[in-house]
Amino acid sequence: MNDDIVLETRSLTKHYGGVHALNDANFTLKKGEHVAIMGDNGAGKSTFVRQITGVEQRTRGDILFYGEPVEFDGPLDARKAGIETVFQTLALADDLDVPDNLFLGREKTKLDWLGPFRLLDYKAMRQATMDGLEKTAVKIPNIRNTIRNMSGGQRQCVAIARTATFHSRLTIMDEPTAALGVQETAQVENIIRTLKEAGEPLILVSHNMRQVFDLVDRIVVFRRGRICANLRKEDTDGQDVVAYITGAKTQEGYEDAA
Amino acid sequence: MADATQGTGGLTFDARKRAWPNELNIFFALILIIFAFEAAGQLLPYMNGQSFLFDTRDRFDSIFNEARLRIIILQVAIIGIIALGVTQVIISGGIDLSSGPLVGATAMIVMSFAQTELVNGGPNPKAVFGDWAFDLPLIIPLIVGLSFGAFIGAINGSLIAYTRIPPFIATLGMFLICRGIAQAWTRGQPVSFPTESYALIGKGMMPVYLFIALAILFHFILKYTVYGKHTYAIGSNEDAARMSGINVKRHKVMVYMIASMLAAFAAIVLSSKNLTAQSGMGIFYELYAIAMAVIGGVSLTGGRGSIIGTVLGAMVFGVIQSGFTYIKLDAFYQLMAMGGIIIGAVVLDKVRQERAASRS
Repeated sequence: MNDDIVLETRSLTKHYGGVHALNDANFTLKKGEHVAIMGDNGAGKSTFVRQITGVEQRTRGDILFYGEPVEFDGPLDARKAGIETVFQTLALADDLDVPDNLFLGREKTKLDWLGPFRLLDYKAMRQATMDGLEKTAVKIPNIRNTIRNMSGGQRQCVAIARTATFHSRLTIMDEPTAALGVQETAQVENIIRTLKEAGEPLILVSHNMRQVFDLVDRIVVFRRGRICANLRKEDTDGQDVVAYITGAKTQEGYEDAA
Repeated sequence: MADATQGTGGLTFDARKRAWPNELNIFFALILIIFAFEAAGQLLPYMNGQSFLFDTRDRFDSIFNEARLRIIILQVAIIGIIALGVTQVIISGGIDLSSGPLVGATAMIVMSFAQTELVNGGPNPKAVFGDWAFDLPLIIPLIVGLSFGAFIGAINGSLIAYTRIPPFIATLGMFLICRGIAQAWTRGQPVSFPTESYALIGKGMMPVYLFIALAILFHFILKYTVYGKHTYAIGSNEDAARMSGINVKRHKVMVYMIASMLAAFAAIVLSSKNLTAQSGMGIFYELYAIAMAVIGGVSLTGGRGSIIGTVLGAMVFGVIQSGFTYIKLDAFYQLMAMGGIIIGAVVLDKVRQERAASRS
């Protein structure tokens, strides 16, 4: 058993009725590695992410997480196992502030014998939030602000900081900067760099070629539900990746994707 | 806090920079309304310069007109207890229309277990059950009442959480069911003559003390416990709450159970205070309780509001009601004005929200 591998999928397949959204995807992610998933719309990127995070149940194939075969009944299961996902639609409670959102569902508490009425340890949660945000260099003017009063970039930062605060074993980001402005995108990218320095593995779904080449070690290209290329950043360039995405080229060993 | 500002890159926690609390606005509104009635007392020709809240009589040296204050607080205390439960229901994104009829039904049932045997030396003319139900210890009616409330609340909550019908519909159905239970219980006959111990619960200013104690308790629960935080989270973004691992369904059942238990407790206090229970008790209470919460800044879209707000809302409600009587406004007009004020409060909240949204 290679214990260097964080995530491995074997023949991962998802059919929606007659539609073959994902076919025999064999994918590996090593410790500390940042991998980008690219491909056209409908190429199977999001389907792939949905199978790993337990949002949907796969048709066929195996998923191994740190060498263990896993079956996630739902996103909550995946989260408990240590897979944190930042979705395009942010799962934040607008009327709560930053620490409340970071610790939602896993609050630090006191007097636990009180059951549902156990007390919140606000002080500890505030401190952990500050530490987590500092670690990722997220800039939020005042963590006591409710999410409602924050910009899109700040919200995205909070969502990402949540994964960083809890030392997730794998972070997955689905188009984290798609809706953001230039400055906010830069801020999110900075956070991703700090995750890299901390050695936390990441899968990044993105359409942004510059961003991908800036941030990741490896690029996996999806086309029509199949993986058609697995490229080390050093061995490729933007032109090359576009050729794989559009189908002009297919890497050796992935011929059946054509 | 000395180290209020810390962290890197403008990352701060500054306790002083917290937003202007909405509760202060309501407090100022309360003061304003009091002064408006005070002014009306001076200006309206038929009022002969009476004061609304202040004591202007020479014979006494108290500052306030204590009799009127007492009436105001006593009036809102019992509906206020219901409003505490309704507040957390609305914060969780729901609504509870069944609390008024639940007061009627609970009062009838509870009083049947709290009757005394001898009335003026003769047998109790309103006896519901046989001899076994006379002069039971106080704990029996209390348990019966709160259990009934919990039962109704559990049905409300389960319907809303598990069949996903809108809270409005579920509790509207329960509204009719409870009123039906209240009327069917004794075929419309009032139930009267409680034991001495039962009569103590609502005696004198007891309703006010109970309201204050429960308000403090629920302020604490909503602000400082996991239960409270999850209530806000569910009302704010139910999907996010579910994704975060909160058992949303179970939590909703709990929210409605607690609300109905508070309404049942209000019924106990009310029937004790009146020394009788009638099937028509609690008419409009559900709406008044919702009005108190809404005037107090609890947002009908869920996620926002507080117990302090609701208590202030209850005070505004009581002052307005008492003020209308004081300026000798007919009861019919009082209802109309009350309705207008409730609509006004919601519109004001909407405007404030939109202004806050456009600022960010």
